[in-house]
Amino acid sequence: MTAVTETQQDRLVIEAPRTRKKRPSQSGRGTNFEMYAWIFMRMSGLLLVFLVLGHLSIMLLLDGGVQRINFGFVAGRWASPFWRTWDLMQLWLAQLHGTNGLRVIINDYAERDGTRFWLKMLLYTSSFLVLVLGTLVIFTFDPDLAG
Amino acid sequence: MQAPAGTLYRGREGMWSWVAHRVTGVLIFFFLFAHVLDTALVRVSPDSYNRIMDTYKTPLVNLMEVGLVGAVLFHALNGIRVMLIDFWAKGTRYQKQMTYVVVAVLLLVMVPATYRMTAHTFAALFGSTT
Ligand code: HEM
Repeated sequence: MTAVTETQQDRLVIEAPRTRKKRPSQSGRGTNFEMYAWIFMRMSGLLLVFLVLGHLSIMLLLDGGVQRINFGFVAGRWASPFWRTWDLMQLWLAQLHGTNGLRVIINDYAERDGTRFWLKMLLYTSSFLVLVLGTLVIFTFDPDLAG
Repeated sequence: MQAPAGTLYRGREGMWSWVAHRVTGVLIFFFLFAHVLDTALVRVSPDSYNRIMDTYKTPLVNLMEVGLVGAVLFHALNGIRVMLIDFWAKGTRYQKQMTYVVVAVLLLVMVPATYRMTAHTFAALFGSTT
């Protein structure tokens, strides 16, 4: 039987909440990435309350709801820089917020290193593609496609 | 059974709202993926965009939209609860009460919202053509 040294023992213990440490991050990579991710989840969440609930109210509740949405409706909205900015912020904040949320969930449940790695690669690749595609669509929208 | 003191996320309201927050978060994330793709069809042609929007107007998908709104509203309200637990000095003490406020507001909003969102579908399915 090997004796457990004091430093090994420290690692096995879950420290009390709000224990003061120089580096809150567990990764030991010398950054506070996890803390910034935590703060980002809260700041983006707060903004998304207005953006997403506003979006759902306009699209699904007001004025005929989903039944009135078609190409012409989108063209009318995106004629205004206000709504293009709204949708762009909503896209980026929701996608990054959701991606970080899923990163945490993968870290929680995928126990094998390889599984965890590849799931996160899949997540980051698809998120990147969604952000690029969504951004391009907002910036290059062409109402004259209707002819 | 009594949960040990100081474990906000073990058992009862605290744990179940965490589970629901996680489930709704994943659900919304996958919907967002599909939604960016279907919206991208505005760059293909008005006709292909209008066709995908027509599926959003069918009774089954219309019902799923109600579910989506409920999921987003829960996640948003509970997200505010999580932030209050983190930043408000009395947040942990009232976390259980805040869970009931979240559920109450959710139900209060969802009743009229469901009515508004499905009125057209019900009229189309069962109503007279006016
Ligand atoms: C509507 C406003 C929203 C608010 C107020 C909000 C709030 C939050 C907060 C505070 C967290 C962190 C929970 C924690 O660290 O314990 C979180 C997690 C999460 N959110 Fe949101 N969020 C919102 C919208 C969204 C959207 C649009 C998506 C999807 C794209 C999303 C997906 C997620 C996911 C996947 C998690 C991780 C859940 C977990 O780790 O259990 N959220 N949200």
